[in-house]
Order: sequence, then C-alpha cells, then structure tokens
Amino acid sequence: MSDAKATEGATPALVIELQGVHKWYGDFHVLRDINLQVQKGEKVVVCGPSGSGKSTMIRCINRLEEHQQGRIVVAGIELTSDLKNIEAIRREVGMVFQQFNLFPHLTVLQNLTLAPIWVRKLPKKEAEDTARYYLERVRIPDQADKYPGQLSGGQQQRVAIARSLCMKPEIMLFDEPTSALDPEMIKEVLDVMIGLAQEGMTMVCVTHEMGFARTVADMMVFMDRGEVIERAPPKDFFANPQNERTRTFLSQILAH
Amino acid sequence: MADLAHEIPVARAAPPPRSVGVLGWLRANLFNSVFNSILTLLAVGLLALAVPPIIRWGLIDAIWSAPNGQACHGGGACWAFIANKFRLILFGRYPADEQWRAAAVVFVFIAMIAMACVRQLRGRRLVIIWFVGLSAVFLLMAGGLPGMRRVETALWSGLPLTLILAIVGMLLGFPLGVLLALGRRSTLPAVRAICVGYIELVRGVPLITVLFMASLMLPLFLPAGVTIDKLLRAQTAFVLFAAAYLAEVVRGGLQAIPKGQIEAADALGLSYLQRTRLIVLPQALAMVIPPLVNTFIGMFKDTSLVLIVSLFDLLGATEFALTDSSWQGFAVEADIFIAVIYWCFCFFMSRYSQLLEREFNRGKRR
Repeated sequence: MSDAKATEGATPALVIELQGVHKWYGDFHVLRDINLQVQKGEKVVVCGPSGSGKSTMIRCINRLEEHQQGRIVVAGIELTSDLKNIEAIRREVGMVFQQFNLFPHLTVLQNLTLAPIWVRKLPKKEAEDTARYYLERVRIPDQADKYPGQLSGGQQQRVAIARSLCMKPEIMLFDEPTSALDPEMIKEVLDVMIGLAQEGMTMVCVTHEMGFARTVADMMVFMDRGEVIERAPPKDFFANPQNERTRTFLSQILAH
Repeated sequence: MADLAHEIPVARAAPPPRSVGVLGWLRANLFNSVFNSILTLLAVGLLALAVPPIIRWGLIDAIWSAPNGQACHGGGACWAFIANKFRLILFGRYPADEQWRAAAVVFVFIAMIAMACVRQLRGRRLVIIWFVGLSAVFLLMAGGLPGMRRVETALWSGLPLTLILAIVGMLLGFPLGVLLALGRRSTLPAVRAICVGYIELVRGVPLITVLFMASLMLPLFLPAGVTIDKLLRAQTAFVLFAAAYLAEVVRGGLQAIPKGQIEAADALGLSYLQRTRLIVLPQALAMVIPPLVNTFIGMFKDTSLVLIVSLFDLLGATEFALTDSSWQGFAVEADIFIAVIYWCFCFFMSRYSQLLEREFNRGKRR
C-alpha cells in the first residue's frame, strides 16, 4: 500500500491507469497493448464492435478478469494477485452489469445494504438510510421492500446502480448497462447515468448509446480486435474519425 | 413512465364462465375421451375388487384383543399383537422400567421438529432450542444423573435409536456435505482432489459395507484395549455416508448459480466467505430443497440397515418382537404398524420441504 500511495501522490488526478496491458484466452489474444488513463471526474465511453475486447478491458479494471501482462493502477493501488489489493480496489470501484445481477433472494433494500454492512461494516440503520437516499436518487423510493423479480428491467438496472453507489465508490464502471433493456426503459437508466455524470463521478462506460456518449463523454475510446484504435473527445470522434475502422463502425451504428 | 399506463382507460372484459358442477367436473376430468372413459371404468372396477377385502381384513374381521397368539388367528388382522407388543416394537431392548425415558426422547424429538416449523423461531433461537433438545435426548437416553440409571448404548433401540441415527446423521452430514461440495468446486487443486476422492469413494461403496467395516474391521486396527462405542461407530459411518450424497446434491445447486451473481458479489468487494454465505449458498440450497429432502427421506429409511451390525432400530426391534414363540405369524401386522410410523415421519419431511420451498422462493414469485 505504501508505494501505491506514492503513485497517487505523483499524479493526484489520475485514478485509472492501464499500461501495456495484454490478455489471452488460451491462444486468443483478447487485449493487445492497451494504454488508458482516466483522470478524476473524467467520463470515458468505450465503443467498438462485439468481440473487440471492450468488456474484457473494463472487467480488468476491477479484476473480474485477470490481465497477463502490463500494469493496472486503480485509485492509487496496483492490481496484483494480492487479494488485499483486489478487495481494496473493489471497494472503490462500483460496477453495473448488462444483466443487472441483482441478488434475487434479497429485497431491494437488502441488495443495497449488503455490501455496506458486510464490507464497509456500517451499522444497519446507517446503511439503510444511505440505501433509501440512493433509491430516491434513482427515482424508485417506493420499491425498497420488493424483490428484484417483481421489478421491470429498467427498475432493476436502476437498483443495480444504486447498489453500487451505496458503497460510495470513487469510480463507476458500466458494462453495456442498457443492452438488455426494452427500448422504452433505456431512457430511465440513461437519465440516472447522466445525473451521475453531472455530479462529477468518474465513469468508464462500455455502451452503444451514442446519444448518451455525445452528452456526457469527455473522451471516446474505440476498440477493435483487442486494440485501442482511436481516442478523441466526442466532438472530433463523431465529426472527424481518423481511422478507417472507426469510420466503418460509426457508419454502421449511426446509419439509421 | 410507469404512470402512463394507468392514465389511459382500457376496456376490460371478464373471462368467459367456466363449466361448473359435479357433472361438468366428471366430464372434464374422467370422461373427456373414449380412452379416458375406459380407464376410469377399469380403475373403478379394480378399486371395487381390492378395497372391500382390505377393509374386511383390516377392520371388520380384525381381532383387537387376545390373550395370546393362538387366540388371535382368525380371518382378519391381529391388531392384538401390536397392542401386546408395541412397547417392545417402539423401545426394543431399552430396560422396561426406564422406558418412560425413551418415550420422553421421542416426544422431545417431535417437539424439536414442531419448533422448526414456527417461522418466528427461525435463526439463532432455533439453534439453541435444538442444542438443548439434543442434550436432553442424550441425557435421557444415557442417564447417569441421580435417580436415572445409566443405560449403555448397546441397549438403545427402537424408535428413539432410529430418530437419533437419522437426525444426528442429517445435522452433521449436511454441513459436512456443504463443505465437500464447496471443496469440490474449489480452485485449489489439492482441496478439489481430496473432496472428489472422498465423494467418489464413499458413494461407490454400499452403506452396508461401510457399517460392516466400521463395526467389524475398525476394532482390528485399533490398539488393544481401545474400543469405540458401537453406536458411535455406526453413527459416524452414517454421517460420512450422508455427507457424500448430500455434497453432490448441493453441488447441483452451486452449479446452477449464474456467474453474474458471483461477479456482482466480487465487484461489491465481498470476500469469498461472505460471498459464499450471503449470496451463493442461500440461493443454491433453496434450489435443491426437493432433492435434499429426497436424500434425507432416503437416509431416514436407511437407518434400518444398522440391524446388520446388531443395533436394534425400529425395524430391528420389530423383528425382535416377532421372535416371541407365543405370538407367531404376525409379521404383516407388525410391518404395517412400523410402515405407518416411517410414513408419518417421511410425509412430514415432504410437507416441511414444501413449506421451506415456499419461503425461500419468495423472491422468484412475481
């Protein structure tokens, strides 16, 4: 932890740093020499065709996937196989999944208070107050005692966002948060995410919602076949993509 | 968004009326096709043939009291045998003047089981109740307190023995089984190998051989003068055996947990133990309640195998009662009697599992 702190002191604003990260699934090279820096408060949107490694990359940031080469430093802590470091990073990094992954055997309130009580060791009362506050924030305060299975997809995803926020993370990762939703529910989730972005949360989002990307992103990252092909602020990225592959991808998803 | 649906009035229609009445029910359920009508008539015919003789044998012609076996051989069942022998069947070789203690043990067990059905007691309080209950059971059976003669375990028999073997077997076998199932899915190769080896070894041999080995071969390996209580040996064999079977049932549940559940728990920073205890096991066990109870019911009836190492459980005590020379030839009546006892406990387990299923699957109900 001590040298981790030193890293933080050197570049106080840098909260995520990937340097030369490689990963293989068997012989398949999923991540090739990924370099990425995210400053505190920055919003990075990652896009690219399916199978391009964007989910794998974002999942390396909280060690749901293990990288085999290179260096990943998150919130001033380097990711190694040291369980202590991994758990410390996971406390600071919230994650929202495509399939929500709420705990179906617990009520909404229990979903939200579980980690604060067991990981942060908060008293139950305090954890519940925090949970109700965030349920209010994601605009479903009256669903606290329901089970996830009784909610719509959009509501479930908003609960999942609230569940992550209850841990008061420094960074939020979103792995295609709207891809499993019915079209009429996408907006309610994006609205919550936009609100979060406006409050200055550091965010890394894998998404195909280009409207959302234009609104909130500070930086667009385009990935293809395991590589970062292009990175640019959204204005340049959409108006003037440099790489041929980026142009092809954008023309495909913006065609209609 | 959600309010939108309520603001626009929608025309609603009532569902069409369903046919009602006895005739409607009969037609819908028993005579809805030629084939089903034939089956219905055949079934009624078979019942007409089988039921009256059973009633005549079991109730009308039955003999309810008789001084001895000779006087009890009529056309019907001899329930007098049961009336005469029920203490022997229920309590076996337990000393006759201390049988109130064995009876008390049965009542303590039934009380403990009843408490497990009360939802308000679930959790820590139930654990305490069961701990106290089990202590009382062993105190009552073994004695040793002033005023209570010590009764050695070789004399423990009948229904109390069956209940002890089954319930202690389940209580200890279940957690051991859960550990084995978790170990079998561990990422540590050594742990996994030990668990797989254990499960495959124990599952691969018949319970009878394990009981045999525990009671006949184990003493050969122990140094002279060291003896382990026979009941303890049989009980241990039982626990180890149950654990292997339960482990595989639990593993089925563990495998059914979606990977996303584990990732979500990890992403929140839960440790392995927290994740297993709070997220994985509650869901995995709720999913496998039916096969778990299936295994428990099987185990309950398997306790009768201890007869092979001359422990007299409910079945053993019944066999013992049947050897009385003045009451010969009433095996059917005796078997029906204990079958009813076994059935009551197994049926209870089945109902209890349905109660648990309803409770644990609340989240799934929409």
